[in-house]
Amino acid sequence: MTNDTRGTEDFPLAEKRPDLIRSQGGRSLDELTLDAVDAGEVTLDDLRITPDALMLQAEVARDAGREALADNFERAAEMTAIPQPVIMEIYELLRPGRAPSKDKLMEAADMLRTRYGAERMATFITEAADVYEQRGLFTFRF
Amino acid sequence: MNENPTIHGNRWRRFDLWDDRALRLDKYAVEDPANGFAAMNGAKDPSPALTISGGRITSMDGVDEADFDMIDRFIARYHIDPAVAGEAMAMPSIEVARMLVDMNVPRADLVRLARGMTPAKLAEVVAHLNAMEIAFAYSKMRARSTPGNQGHVTNAKDDPLQLAADAATAVAFGFDEIETTMRVSRNSWSNALACCVGAAVGRAGTLFQCSSEEAEELLIGMAGFTSYAETVSVYGTEKAFVDGDDTPWSKAWLTSAYASRGIKMRCTSGAAAELLMGYHEAKSMLYLEARCLCLQRGMGAQGTQNGGIDGAPLASTVPGGVRELMAENLVAVWLDLECASGNDARMSESQVRIGAKILPFLIAGSDLICSGFGTIPAYDNSFNPSLFNGEEMEEYLVLQRDFEADGGLTPVSEELVLDVRRRAVDALGAVFDELGLAVTDETMKQSVVMASGSDETESMMPRDAALVSDAIRDGEITVIDVIRALRKRGFEAEAENLLFLVKLRVSGDYLQTSAVVREGRVISAINDPNAYLGPGSGYRVSEQRRSELNNIRDVLDREEVLRAEAHFKPIEEAKINYLGMGAAPRSSDAQDVVVGVSPAFGSQIFRTLAGHSLTHVLREIKAGIEEGGCTARFVRMHHTADTSFLGLSAAKLAGSGVGIGLQSKGTAVIHQSERLPHNNLELFSNAPITSLEHYRGFGVNAAAYARGELPMPVVVPTRGEAMGARYHARVALIFAIETALSRDGAEPEAIELEFLEAGQ
Repeated sequence: MTNDTRGTEDFPLAEKRPDLIRSQGGRSLDELTLDAVDAGEVTLDDLRITPDALMLQAEVARDAGREALADNFERAAEMTAIPQPVIMEIYELLRPGRAPSKDKLMEAADMLRTRYGAERMATFITEAADVYEQRGLFTFRF
Repeated sequence: MNENPTIHGNRWRRFDLWDDRALRLDKYAVEDPANGFAAMNGAKDPSPALTISGGRITSMDGVDEADFDMIDRFIARYHIDPAVAGEAMAMPSIEVARMLVDMNVPRADLVRLARGMTPAKLAEVVAHLNAMEIAFAYSKMRARSTPGNQGHVTNAKDDPLQLAADAATAVAFGFDEIETTMRVSRNSWSNALACCVGAAVGRAGTLFQCSSEEAEELLIGMAGFTSYAETVSVYGTEKAFVDGDDTPWSKAWLTSAYASRGIKMRCTSGAAAELLMGYHEAKSMLYLEARCLCLQRGMGAQGTQNGGIDGAPLASTVPGGVRELMAENLVAVWLDLECASGNDARMSESQVRIGAKILPFLIAGSDLICSGFGTIPAYDNSFNPSLFNGEEMEEYLVLQRDFEADGGLTPVSEELVLDVRRRAVDALGAVFDELGLAVTDETMKQSVVMASGSDETESMMPRDAALVSDAIRDGEITVIDVIRALRKRGFEAEAENLLFLVKLRVSGDYLQTSAVVREGRVISAINDPNAYLGPGSGYRVSEQRRSELNNIRDVLDREEVLRAEAHFKPIEEAKINYLGMGAAPRSSDAQDVVVGVSPAFGSQIFRTLAGHSLTHVLREIKAGIEEGGCTARFVRMHHTADTSFLGLSAAKLAGSGVGIGLQSKGTAVIHQSERLPHNNLELFSNAPITSLEHYRGFGVNAAAYARGELPMPVVVPTRGEAMGARYHARVALIFAIETALSRDGAEPEAIELEFLEAGQ
């Protein structure tokens, strides 16, 4: 293992490698105090997970032999940039019978790729579109 | 005309007795594999098979790639590891089954093989194991070493004050996760805020979820009120999946979405869901669940909630259904998933079936033994009653102590519970007031603190909760507002605890497999891995943990017995004087009947097990002997506390050759001087149900034996009550007090009784 990759020995990161953890606003864990919350300096955004933290957790998961979990963390890292309404919109589109055809899903994949740089998610949606087409899921349900 | 049904009936009466038992409310289904009623051997379960060409899976479990449904596709793409598949699929299933129960085969080796196995292969392997082997394999294969538990916190009124108090109580009992849901779906925000405040009382780190509609649940999580989710359900057939209004891809999307928001998440699946939904494809529960679990691993979920869940009661109606529930939990942990192992929906009306259901998991341990232990009374459980509910909580605590098994819970004192409940309602009341959400008063709070369940509260009603809920959602109130309100109103510790919980998402440590928080630290399968390799390895109950588990209510020791007796000392002293008269002589008077009492009689012990004053017992025996025309003489034995020897020693001193032995706990014997020690004339062994009248009759009979007659023995009617578990500890402790006072070879001491009560 190189120094650039985190492993199981670094877990929990908050304890073993607090130097690697920063909030979205750049604060360290120690700076996320009750006083700072009270003073309005720390907002809910500061208490969100960052893409960096998810990529670090992916490295830890991979080192523990959990490839699929690591992949999920990497997809999630991309998703941190996607606003909540868009996440819910695409989720809705992925449910059976919501998209009338493959096109809607392909558009969504494009949007993820171009607007949010979410390559992994875009590929994932494209794959879903293919499967839905093969399995006849673009049918009216309600 | 004789109405006795044993003479005129045509049915063995035992069936009538059985008809009245709770078990008879349970109904069962005939095994019918063609129609989906099969635990493990479905009519259309495929044989395990896998073909790979050029790294691509071209057929799986008898289905060609071109015919893959969307579940097959997802499993082939995301679960099966082609690098391991060839080796894993080629191994005979029986051999793999043996590895699962071989303590010398490390867990990691088996986890690696599972990545190369198809659902049919996984199902075939675990089907080789009997129930005990499944439990053992589960214990060996579960991911995290330290066991934990999850509890439901809900109530029939969606009363936020009660939710806060009950959440705090659940935290005090040691639940690692608590889960709420609503009677009225729009109350979700109110429920979430109330539980999150309550769960911040006492200690930090209890994870919390609010089970609601998918989109809403994610929004509540985004507002910081919840820290985990487990409502992402998956199904084992395509049609059931579509009727569940999802696909593997939509669920995988949600899985990533939760992680992207720093919220811990597990999937849900379980036996009989497809059967309930009508799309089982004539496949067994185990095979379909193996598909669900392969999907979940492929999606990158860290864990699952399985073991029947809502389908557990239906699964339990078929032959082997409960074994199947255990087997599917085993498949989950074998696939390296965190497992919240069901033991959730109440699968029987029979307490015996319920106790039997929990035992394997209690002794095997599990990441979360119940995926919903009802911490509240059954009627308050908005998920429907759990296998164990608030009513049975102490039974569970005692089972932990019996088996020295860590079920994740810790007994707590009455005082502590009152403290945390009071603190929780005060904290929530302050938050409501500070944020202008609702007005609460002292009557409401007090009724909630003391109430066992919502039937007993005079607090907020569902409509009040709806108004609070709307105000939280519409006012875009977040956990930050709650933390500030708590601090402003002096709930510094709770504000700190809540901030700790929200901060967990910044590092995301608790997103790893099987993560919970213990003593302010995230522990998971990474830093607390299950490394079981036989006796002496794996999770063991530490001395400290053992003393916590042992600390249940109603534990007696010698001091406790003596303390309870000391209360009766002055009462007895006002009734009787025992005057010591020196060594007891042997008499030659043919009417002389001797009563020999035990060493602690009337000096340290003052009541029989039936609660009779020892003075009254002596008075009745004396009166009985005199009624029979003899004289009673009393002797305290110092050399023995044993009933037989008390009686025989007394008989040997008696001029009539007849003596009564009487222990302080009320056990008595009539003896005769020529008999062998344990071959007495009459024995009262059932002290807890022996009445004063019986003792009088005993005296009368002793006198009759002295006269050379053969009286009708005094029979104490018993249906076994006296052998109840309520007596055993006390009896042994009293006897230990007696034997501690006895000295080998000590002379019997004559005592004269002076009865002090009026009328004596």
